[in-house]
Amino acid sequence: MNAEKGTAAPLRMTYREACRQAIREALAGDPKTFIMGEDVGLYGGCYAVTKGLLEEFGPMRVRDTPLAESAFVGAGIGAALAGMRPIVEIMTCNFSLLALDQILNNAATISHMSGGQFAVPLVIRMATGAGRQLAAQHSHSLEGWYAHIPGLKVLAPATVEDARYMLKAALNDPNPVLIFEHIVLYNAEGELDPSVTAVDISTAKVRRPGRAVTILAYGNSLPKALQAADELARDGIDAEVIDLRVLRPLDNATIFQSVTKTRRCVIVDEGWKSGSISAEIAARLSEDLFFELDAPIRRICSREAPIPYAAHLEAAALPQMPHIVDAARRLVRPA
Amino acid sequence: MSDKVHLDRDHGQHLLREMLRIRRFEAKCVELYQAQKIRGFLHLYDGEEAVAVGVMQALDARDAVVSTYRDHGHALARGVDMGSLVAEMYGKVEGCSRGRGGSMHFFDRAKRFYGGNAIVGGGLPLAVGIALADKELRAGAVTVCFFGEGAAGEGEFHESLNLAELWKLPVLFVCENNLYAMGVPLEEAEAETDIYRKAAAYRTPAEKVDGMDPIAVEAAARRAAASIRSGNGPYFLECRTYRFRAHSMFDAQLYRTKEEVELWKKRDPLPRLQTWLVENNMLSEEELRRMESEIDAEIVAAVAFAEAGQWEAIEDLERFVLMDEAPE
Repeated sequence: MNAEKGTAAPLRMTYREACRQAIREALAGDPKTFIMGEDVGLYGGCYAVTKGLLEEFGPMRVRDTPLAESAFVGAGIGAALAGMRPIVEIMTCNFSLLALDQILNNAATISHMSGGQFAVPLVIRMATGAGRQLAAQHSHSLEGWYAHIPGLKVLAPATVEDARYMLKAALNDPNPVLIFEHIVLYNAEGELDPSVTAVDISTAKVRRPGRAVTILAYGNSLPKALQAADELARDGIDAEVIDLRVLRPLDNATIFQSVTKTRRCVIVDEGWKSGSISAEIAARLSEDLFFELDAPIRRICSREAPIPYAAHLEAAALPQMPHIVDAARRLVRPA
Repeated sequence: MSDKVHLDRDHGQHLLREMLRIRRFEAKCVELYQAQKIRGFLHLYDGEEAVAVGVMQALDARDAVVSTYRDHGHALARGVDMGSLVAEMYGKVEGCSRGRGGSMHFFDRAKRFYGGNAIVGGGLPLAVGIALADKELRAGAVTVCFFGEGAAGEGEFHESLNLAELWKLPVLFVCENNLYAMGVPLEEAEAETDIYRKAAAYRTPAEKVDGMDPIAVEAAARRAAASIRSGNGPYFLECRTYRFRAHSMFDAQLYRTKEEVELWKKRDPLPRLQTWLVENNMLSEEELRRMESEIDAEIVAAVAFAEAGQWEAIEDLERFVLMDEAPE
């Protein structure tokens, strides 16, 4: 690989490959890191993220587990308590509910409840989101739920760069970090700037600067928001798109700075609207930025139903680009 | 560490002393609870002392302990400072968990005491993970995981036993079967009331032990620890025991008879061991009195330590929600 700064050509790869390289780098770089989960070894990962890693690192570092989410997530917590830096993969976030006791009652509480005697430096990766017709038990977006919980960090990589480098930052963090990888993004391609070898897990990022309206998005809503911004630009509306990236703790500063500038905000969230992360952000904006706003905050969320199988129903249930364009346009040019 | 019990004068007295410390400590806890110095839930271990004390004889400093919400006996027998326990129940910053956990959540990093865990069954996966790490990082270390028979109803119990055996992890599972999950009798909750048979179904060596006999428990724990340390994977002990007091301080005990409690009290491990030691000329009246007065002095000092403790500053309430670094 051509590593010389500034001159190297960008690397083109899929989000899946970026996730895989991140795990590979972590396993190669720290003997205390191992990955475990359902079908991460022989099968190569349900979404083929861990393909080839068993052959390279062996069954002690790439551990296939029984279908026992609570036990293997809890085992990850225990191993982290006792000095390891485990990566646990949960096949989809719907299955993470089987391990919710361990995530909430143990991972999120032990450092505080023990008065700081113990830390839980654990990374849990899981697939999230809809768009592949997997119906109501494999398609939900529960990252907003987890973002409710003090003691956790919640990440939602939307770009190939974040897929490649967020894991390293997460493993270096002494706290339990949940990474939500969107199933539709696995096949998305993007470019990696060879001069970038690390990203932070504390800030939101402006992915497209603009002045007329702020569009906040994360995960698979980010590409939709960027397409919406292109569409709005053709209409003469200059939208700023912010990738939230980190759902807990939220980066108030970047969000507030943008909305203070544009005075209008659309939040795109693949979670259900009621009690969602978009609700939290809207509440913060109305509490702290009320007098900077020129228009009501708008939210584009999933419809309040279990995600259905049929393609047309699934598409209708999810936030889509035209909804974002429409909401932003109405904020800027009220009828 | 030997895999056999050597019951000489010193060791016999040590077992009695350790059980008596727990018994008298908890009598003081009741007083302090009634005086409203201790609040929240308080789950007492009276009657079950032989289990904690017997098991701890097989452990050394490298080993780890995962406990339940009924954790007083485990913590004391593991050597956690008594003053830090009383301070914890007072909610003082000098407590073993800075007053964040209370009676159900004792922690002590130096003793590798991984909590008082108050979700029934929730400690088993933790123990499996600690043992997984120890297999890499601390050769020969054993993780002891205590839980009640109520945990056998939880999926985490089965998932964890399977994983520990599948990966041959150094876990000593200790089921404290006191016959009631709060108020639910064993036979009302389990189709198979011999809990150790469930472990055997996972191919883990499993024994039923008289949990009212500290020597029987110690002998079993030493056998188990030796097997685990030699790399054979986990081991399971079902200790049949009985709690003499209510489940917690809010329990009218409608689910069992006074006669049943009295029957079990006849098997109380403390007078049994004491009488046996006296009859075998291994304990004199004077030694017993000295033992009792030393324990009472330890308790007085522990309460004084808690009384003199400070309240954590409210500004620190969110401290350690997220850590800046992992403790070494």
